[in-house]
Amino acid sequence: MPNNNNKIYDKNKIVIGIVIFLIISLFPIWYNHFKNVPAPDPLLTEKAKIAKECVLPKVLMKTEHMQLLNSWRDSVVRDGKRLYTNSQGKVFDMSLSNGCLDCHSNKKDFCDRCHNYASVRPYCFDCHIDNPKEKK
Amino acid sequence: MEESRRSFLKIAGIAAFGLSAIPAIDIFASESSKKAPAPAPDFSLTENSKALSAKRWGMVIDTRKFKSEKDLEHIMSVCHSIHNVPNMTNKRHEIKWIWSEEYPHAFVGDENEYLSEKLAHTPIIVLCNHCQNPPCVRACPTQATFKRQSDGIVMMDMHRCIGCRFCIAACPYGARSFNFRDPRPFISKTNLEYPTRMKGVVEKCTFCVERLAIGKIPACVEASNGAIIFGDLENPDSEIRKLLKNNFTIRRKQHLGTGPSVYYIV
Amino acid sequence: MLELAIKGSKKYYAWIVVLLVVITMGFATYLLQLSFGLGITGLSRDVSWGFYIAQFTFLVGVAASAVMVVLPYYLHHYKAFGRITILGEFLAVPSVIMCLLFIIVDMGQPMRALNVILHPTPNSVMFWDMIVLNGYLLLNIVIGWKVLEGERNGVAPPSWVKFLIYVSIPWAVSIHTVTAFLYSGLPGRGFWLTAILAPRFLSSAFAAGPSFLILLALLIRKVTNFDPGKEQIQSLAKIVTYGIIINVFFFLCEVFVVFYSQIPEHMDHFKYLFFGLKGHGILVPWMWTSFILMIVAIILLVNPVTRKNEFVLAVACIAVFIGTWIDKGLGLISGGFIPSPLHHVNEYIPTGQELTITIGIYAIGFLLITVLYKIVVSVKEEVRA
Ligand code: HEC
Ligand code: HEC
Ligand code: HEC
Repeated sequence: MPNNNNKIYDKNKIVIGIVIFLIISLFPIWYNHFKNVPAPDPLLTEKAKIAKECVLPKVLMKTEHMQLLNSWRDSVVRDGKRLYTNSQGKVFDMSLSNGCLDCHSNKKDFCDRCHNYASVRPYCFDCHIDNPKEKK
Repeated sequence: MEESRRSFLKIAGIAAFGLSAIPAIDIFASESSKKAPAPAPDFSLTENSKALSAKRWGMVIDTRKFKSEKDLEHIMSVCHSIHNVPNMTNKRHEIKWIWSEEYPHAFVGDENEYLSEKLAHTPIIVLCNHCQNPPCVRACPTQATFKRQSDGIVMMDMHRCIGCRFCIAACPYGARSFNFRDPRPFISKTNLEYPTRMKGVVEKCTFCVERLAIGKIPACVEASNGAIIFGDLENPDSEIRKLLKNNFTIRRKQHLGTGPSVYYIV
Repeated sequence: MLELAIKGSKKYYAWIVVLLVVITMGFATYLLQLSFGLGITGLSRDVSWGFYIAQFTFLVGVAASAVMVVLPYYLHHYKAFGRITILGEFLAVPSVIMCLLFIIVDMGQPMRALNVILHPTPNSVMFWDMIVLNGYLLLNIVIGWKVLEGERNGVAPPSWVKFLIYVSIPWAVSIHTVTAFLYSGLPGRGFWLTAILAPRFLSSAFAAGPSFLILLALLIRKVTNFDPGKEQIQSLAKIVTYGIIINVFFFLCEVFVVFYSQIPEHMDHFKYLFFGLKGHGILVPWMWTSFILMIVAIILLVNPVTRKNEFVLAVACIAVFIGTWIDKGLGLISGGFIPSPLHHVNEYIPTGQELTITIGIYAIGFLLITVLYKIVVSVKEEVRA
């Protein structure tokens, strides 16, 4: 190919280009850094307060509830097993709307608060009813 | 030098492309991690002790017992309302799990030229046949529709369906419906205990697995006043087997080798 | 070599801008479909596949037909095709890409497309179709690129490319065979349930693909300084002739079986397409047009006098292309779904939005063809200069 010296052409333009690229591609990092809002506190319903404990210990629920839900739905839909017994021997109906949202019937102040903060929008509620307790 | 810079750029490009895939890979990781980080040290998944079970669920529909179109309508509306099946205004987008057909349509190829007066006009109730050898299951590229080994029910996993509609092409009974649009606006009264569906997935009758799991028979059977009998086809002592022994029954398109589990007394 | 694609005349750029506008319209309409659902199409519960899947099927054929220039050159050492194998390969690449796009726009939940890989299901023909199509795409990109690079630098392509070329020959046959198996293995769809479906697909592909290639070659000769060659075009014309004759023959075999046996499940679909059924028959004029075009094309192509006249040849090629397109792009899918398995007749008419998306995808294909062929032609001109 024609040019055989090793100079980089348009050095300035390239550097500016790289800087702009980095700023844009790191948007999620600096955006969240500057936003700096405290993590919300999910509200518990009376029913949940009476139950005291969730399906798994709170720390695990916080970080692993999506995996738990995934295994629930596979178990129910694919294996036909609908009951979950946790390590304390407590039995739960493996259902999103009739299980989780039975205790956490305040989805807006519980699930959504967290999810809005974390910018996730689980698509589950395109199908699953999000207010099983309320009358329509 | 020129050559090596070029190949460096190539490798860097490929690497950048690979890196860009990381978020995507992460998604797969969490999708398929049902076994990876065991959420709890010890837990167990079980069936409800009241659950009804069988080796292979089947149905006998005694068409003689249906007096009028009204009897059928009642059955259909019970099924459709508890499963949040929408009532689409546009006929092209129609969704139905159980419906009625005239005899020549329900039993295509078996219609005699001179049908008995009664048969020619009796509406026949049709639904998914939960075939022994289901062509839809063979066709599905993601195992979103599959046959439950435990009881032979042909299931639909709405969570996995990609909406390719290969199963619809494969089904010789027209038992499957596709959600051409969001069904929610077309559900007049939502059953809050059962999910709706969303646009872009296929759905059909599931022999009411959610009811069997808590010890109830399928809704259509319950609503049929004894015209539909449900039971274990593999159990020689079951009521359904006795019926099959004592009556002449037919199945829809059995020459196709699909092995329907729904029998008709006509 | 990519830089060759951006050095072009005003006309070249104008054409590209036109394509980009069409693509944008198609894409905007697709966004509408994404948010509303497939309800914006003319599809229905009874006719659940339509225009998208039909185009996919037709284009798999165009893609597979690349083998018709590759095979004579590499297996029979027919030297003349050396000049144009690259045109075949670079026709295959955009065709397969269009196929994949048509599959994606046809999916109800395209975000979950990767489920096909996450839950591989070897008993599903769709799974194999995905594998053979993606493999074929990759093969043709690599082969085309390496061969062209070799030509530009005046060296033979590396020997592993030759190996890939040999692999690509049966692979081309496989993509259209597997695509036919999507349909021909389904019980209860009498129209498709025939062992001759895959051979019919291949024969119509080997007519449609090379006839399109002839048209492209004539166009290239007109607008560039590169001449694909008279002999090459005539040889392609013979391939088209055989392809279209065999296609019509296979079709007539099917017609015989169906109408002589008189089995309604198989016959009623043909009745619907060619005569109308229960008072429905929007496709009747189309199907007859298709059949007449193919017959006219055969007459023009078999006769050496008319075949050797390049103007008449172009007309015959257009007839083949449109005839086979109607056959596969309109009749094949609707014909299979009508009448429905319960013997109802609900017809299918694609909507404007559906057509806009389809045309948008075709525009993507043409854009890719334009760019790839521009590179090819520039290299050819450069080498000769
Ligand atoms: C029996 C009632 C009950 C059920 C059923 C239940 N939870 Fe909980 N959940 C609770 C209680 C009580 C807490 C608070 C636990 C604590 O503070 O230790 C909690 C806490 C949580 C937390 C942590 C909240 C925080 O403050 O960080 C999450 C996340 C959660 N639940 C999700 C779920 C999901 C998902 C399901 C269904 C799979 C579910 N829960 C089912 C009662 C329940
Ligand atoms: C403590 C905060 C918190 C609470 C409370 C909470 N979630 Fe989450 N949830 C998250 C975070 C964070 C993620 C994203 C995790 C990730 O992407 O790895 C998430 C993800 C999910 C996902 C997976 C979504 C996806 O797109 O992958 C589901 C499903 C889900 N949550 C359901 C629930 C339900 C149902 C509840 C209420 C019963 C709930 N969550 C309550 C924090 C929370
Ligand atoms: C296309 C509609 C649809 C979507 C979207 C969907 N589901 Fe489901 N889900 C269903 C249906 C239908 C069932 C079967 C209900 C039954 O048999 O009782 C089900 C069952 C389940 C069950 C077990 C039974 C129950 O009543 O909940 C769980 C758990 C579940 N889904 C979780 C999820 C999660 C988590 C998501 C989101 C990541 C999700 N689903 C998204 C339709 C959907």
